[in-house]
Amino acid sequence: MTVAGDGRRGATAVVSPEAAHSRGRGAMTERGEFRSYYGRPVIKKPVWTWEIPWYLFTGGLTGASSTLAAGARLAGNERLARRAALTALGGTFVNPALLVADLGRPERFLNMLRMLKVTSPMSVGSWILSAHGGVATLAGLTELTGRAPRLGRASELAAGAVGTALATYTALLVGDTAIPVWHEGRRELPFVFAGGAMASAGSAAAIVTPVADAGPARRLALLGSALELGTAKLMERRLGELGEPYGEGSVRTLKRASLTLTAAGAGLLWSAGRGSRLAAVAGGAATLAGAACERWAVFRAGFASARDPKYTVKPQRRRLEQHAVGHPAGSGGA
Amino acid sequence: MSAAQVTVIETPAWPDTYGDAAQPRVGFFTDTSLCIGCKACEVACKEWNQVPSHGLDWTGESYDNTSDLDSEAWRHVAFVEQRVPVGGVADGAPDSFVAEAHRQALADEAGLDGEAGADGLRWLMSSDVCKHCTHAACLDVCPTGALFRTEYGTVVVQADTCNGCGYCVPACPFGVLDRREGDGRVWKCTLCYDRLVDDLEPACAKACPTKSIQFGEHDELRAHARERVERLRAEGMAEARLYGEDPGDGVGGFGAFFLLLDEPEVYGLPPDPVDTTRDLGEMWRTMGVAAAAIAGGVLASLAGGRR
Repeated sequence: MTVAGDGRRGATAVVSPEAAHSRGRGAMTERGEFRSYYGRPVIKKPVWTWEIPWYLFTGGLTGASSTLAAGARLAGNERLARRAALTALGGTFVNPALLVADLGRPERFLNMLRMLKVTSPMSVGSWILSAHGGVATLAGLTELTGRAPRLGRASELAAGAVGTALATYTALLVGDTAIPVWHEGRRELPFVFAGGAMASAGSAAAIVTPVADAGPARRLALLGSALELGTAKLMERRLGELGEPYGEGSVRTLKRASLTLTAAGAGLLWSAGRGSRLAAVAGGAATLAGAACERWAVFRAGFASARDPKYTVKPQRRRLEQHAVGHPAGSGGA
Repeated sequence: MSAAQVTVIETPAWPDTYGDAAQPRVGFFTDTSLCIGCKACEVACKEWNQVPSHGLDWTGESYDNTSDLDSEAWRHVAFVEQRVPVGGVADGAPDSFVAEAHRQALADEAGLDGEAGADGLRWLMSSDVCKHCTHAACLDVCPTGALFRTEYGTVVVQADTCNGCGYCVPACPFGVLDRREGDGRVWKCTLCYDRLVDDLEPACAKACPTKSIQFGEHDELRAHARERVERLRAEGMAEARLYGEDPGDGVGGFGAFFLLLDEPEVYGLPPDPVDTTRDLGEMWRTMGVAAAAIAGGVLASLAGGRR
């Protein structure tokens, strides 16, 4: 039987309908086999485009920069605080622009604020973004103009607190979906994103701040990089077969790039402690690029995870079989 | 469990938030043992709801040229051709047509029958649709309130509110929803909400010539379905099963549930679908710790002084 060429099959092997959906019975998961409908995906891949992985990156950078600004101010490090606050100010313009651009009906973006729905990370996130945007903009503007310093300091503290939520809620955005590699990574993803946010904020500040004042920024970048890479590794190990997308195709390339860039960046930032602004800039840039690659890897992995029905079917079938061992099937149930 | 013990499955927001305006919960019982694969349901749905075409694509997947539920297909008839060797249960494909012909010749000689007729071929046909879950992930994640629970217990997306954020698309464990290209909004089966309010049955149920698609009050459909599956099993169809009738499943039971003649994944359905909202409490807590880690990391970094 021939199969008409259709682009939807992509790179997957063309199998006859019988083979695709009529494999043997019983002990299916032990043999690593599963059944599907012509090898088609069970769930839908996201409709999100390039704006979203970039937003995962900039949201982390922005949120953690606010936190760094607030902390540096408390520590009396005015130069570092200023630069971090202005970085966050820039972010407050970029973040909503990215999100609105990704909408199917961008002109209706305000509909996000019709309600607050706690079962929706996107709903809660829209409010986090708005709240952070408000206070971070105030903090940034007062820093720029020098006016209303007390209002500015209060706003900066608030932005620092909300910024931690801004940097981490995006992990729930992807985790609260049916996409196996995302949902099953839900315990680690918030730490991957938190680490990435810290690495990004520290790196950005290390680039623009004089070396003598940027020690905390460099240390933050190193801490964040370790957290990001460490928890990502933990996540992939725990995912097992579901983590296969991280080891294939463009996702694997992005992961390797992230590891290389982050490690190189960390090394350069560490050496910058001896006074080299050049090393700080290079190291910061490399770490920023590494964090961006990490976000793109997570994003693309989700698409691969949605595409192959085995990632949806096999764990669910295993779960049912385990449940059946414990409790014999009831009447009529599947 | 006897049919008499079927109770109404309530959903979040129904009937509670509706008070007196609440209607009995309605849904579909799609009995795929009756489906003849005519696709009248697909046509009727498209006609009534003015759903756009997405072109004609010869997929080579038996008679299924729709392939999937999406923004342009709110009913999708699946076709599965299974080889059933002498002895009954569907098994793997033969190596070649020559081997198959040889085996069939042997079977003919011995006077043996395959299941469902001497040609050893079994058809599975099923009209897939939005499940209108009791616990609907799409509804849970919609940030604009476009998706809502109607007074009939169904799940509907309001096209005038949807801003196409697309969050419902990967959230649905069945892959039902999709964003319409060129339009930007998400569209899906409404269970013919506009017909329900005028006391009409949905277009697909009305068009179905074999009553494979049965529409009615949800608890009555469940009672009937239980009787039906037991009767089929008594007649020797051991693989007949209900899918989505059990309120104990991961979405609390489906408003539109099915009688299948094989495992759900054979039809492209998830074996054990889950509304991931059930894990959200744990996820918020994890986020809290991660957010605290950022604050802690910043403070730790500052502790070392400026250099």
